[in-house]
Amino acid sequence: MKSTPYLLSLPALLLFAVVVIVPLGMTVLLSFHDWGQYKGIEPVFILKNWREVLTDSYYLEMFGRTFRIALFVTVLTAVFGAPEAYILNRMKSPWRGIFLLVILGPLLISVVARTLGWALLFGGNSGLINKALISWGLISAPLPFMFTETGMVVALAHVLMPYMVLAVWAALQRLDPQVENAAVALGAGPFTVLRRIVLPQVMPGILSGAIIVFALAASAFATPAIIGGRRLKVAATLAYDEFLNTLNWPLGAAVAVLLLVALVVIVVGASRLVERRYAQVFG
Amino acid sequence: MSRNSPLAVCYHALFTAFMLAPILVVCFVAFTPEGYLSFPTDRWSLRWFYAIGRYPEFISAFWRSLLLGALSSAVAVAISVPAALAIARHRFRGREAMTTLFMSPLMIPHVVLGIAFLRFFTEVGLGGTFVGLVLAHIVIVLPFALRLTLASAVGLDRALEHAALSLGASEWTVLKRITLPLVLPGLVSGWALAFINSFDEVTMTVFIAAPGTETLPVRMFLYIQDNIDPLVTSVSACVIAVTVLALVALDRAYGLERLLVGRSDDGR
Repeated sequence: MKSTPYLLSLPALLLFAVVVIVPLGMTVLLSFHDWGQYKGIEPVFILKNWREVLTDSYYLEMFGRTFRIALFVTVLTAVFGAPEAYILNRMKSPWRGIFLLVILGPLLISVVARTLGWALLFGGNSGLINKALISWGLISAPLPFMFTETGMVVALAHVLMPYMVLAVWAALQRLDPQVENAAVALGAGPFTVLRRIVLPQVMPGILSGAIIVFALAASAFATPAIIGGRRLKVAATLAYDEFLNTLNWPLGAAVAVLLLVALVVIVVGASRLVERRYAQVFG
Repeated sequence: MSRNSPLAVCYHALFTAFMLAPILVVCFVAFTPEGYLSFPTDRWSLRWFYAIGRYPEFISAFWRSLLLGALSSAVAVAISVPAALAIARHRFRGREAMTTLFMSPLMIPHVVLGIAFLRFFTEVGLGGTFVGLVLAHIVIVLPFALRLTLASAVGLDRALEHAALSLGASEWTVLKRITLPLVLPGLVSGWALAFINSFDEVTMTVFIAAPGTETLPVRMFLYIQDNIDPLVTSVSACVIAVTVLALVALDRAYGLERLLVGRSDDGR
């Protein structure tokens, strides 16, 4: 029967049509509506919100901060996560499974709880990290972590690290260990093997991990909200403020739609680039 | 397989410490005997765990989160089984587009989904209701349920079904006695992964939960925004403990690697 697959997927299709596609369409429309302190939302079609979001320096700075933080987080996770995935992959049987659980497990632990841990570690001037650094004589005055971009980057890198390790790990599983052995047998040193054999083969994994981490970091909400406080805003926390504090829904919708569009462009563009560059590896 | 060098082992130890530090800190501080944030040094106390009992909003949020997770994951699994069978066994127009649509909640930022749901539910009169929460959570956990049910539907040996049919079983009997039991492991682990994701979700839920329908992560988030005290660390320690138990159970039953390595493929 030709209609069978459609009938089977009908419940899920209906749900997604009504609860995903319609609301997203309504949000795009909402971003073109007018809003006033006393008149509320007016269903007209104007470009006011878009003009404000795209030209006002406040929003430009905020979007700049959002993507700067996402970029730093992506680089940090790639630089530190990829070697860890490689080391994990070379571990022997019981340890491999145990540490994979330890490092990937945090992915499923509440983001709020993990960020709370960083807030405790940073904790104003008396946080554990500053106490340790001062007692070891590395710094003389406490470093500011709370309510700074540095703090947000460190906490987000921790929250998103498992995604990078996972992506590189998946790439390493497809790697043939015999190629490494062949390189060693032909006289290559361990560093040469890493640089010429392993790295080129796991590069697609690192890049696909980078795309995931970037997208999640740019749209992160709970971590920037807790570490950044009420003043240091990123796109997601700003949209939240417009919706639930200022109540300027059309402007908040414009911020959210712009974030979505920017991310889709970046993610799709980057994926295309990676796939073209590594077509033979994905083959 | 060659061994890791001592340098690599040192790096691994530091990395593991980095990954565990914030989680362990929360659990330690939860046992403080003091009335302020501090590390218990000589004395440990459960006073902040007992204190949770005096905050009924945390207790009711916990039960609400459990019910929400169980219910939305069950519905998500129930509607992804037929969809997974359709995608796995049929070649039809729009198959790719449909799969992309069902997986889209992984790609759309949860802030955007939260805003879209808030707008939609307010318009149709479901604003701040539990029904709205359930609908929204079905959508965001469906990709997890679908991926695992799809994996087991693809791996299903159709010869078993054909054998049953040729031995005179009706289609309904085949579905009940052959197909469903075979996809059951994928179904159960899909439900579990969906449940964990629903139970942890905060970004989207914070938009659509009203006072009275707040989930536990939302309640914790709003509490932390006002002030951080030992009470919220003891609540977090409980959440961490529950998640770790679920994680170990899931690892034993299905294998965490299998469960998660599939996840990394979504980004492509």
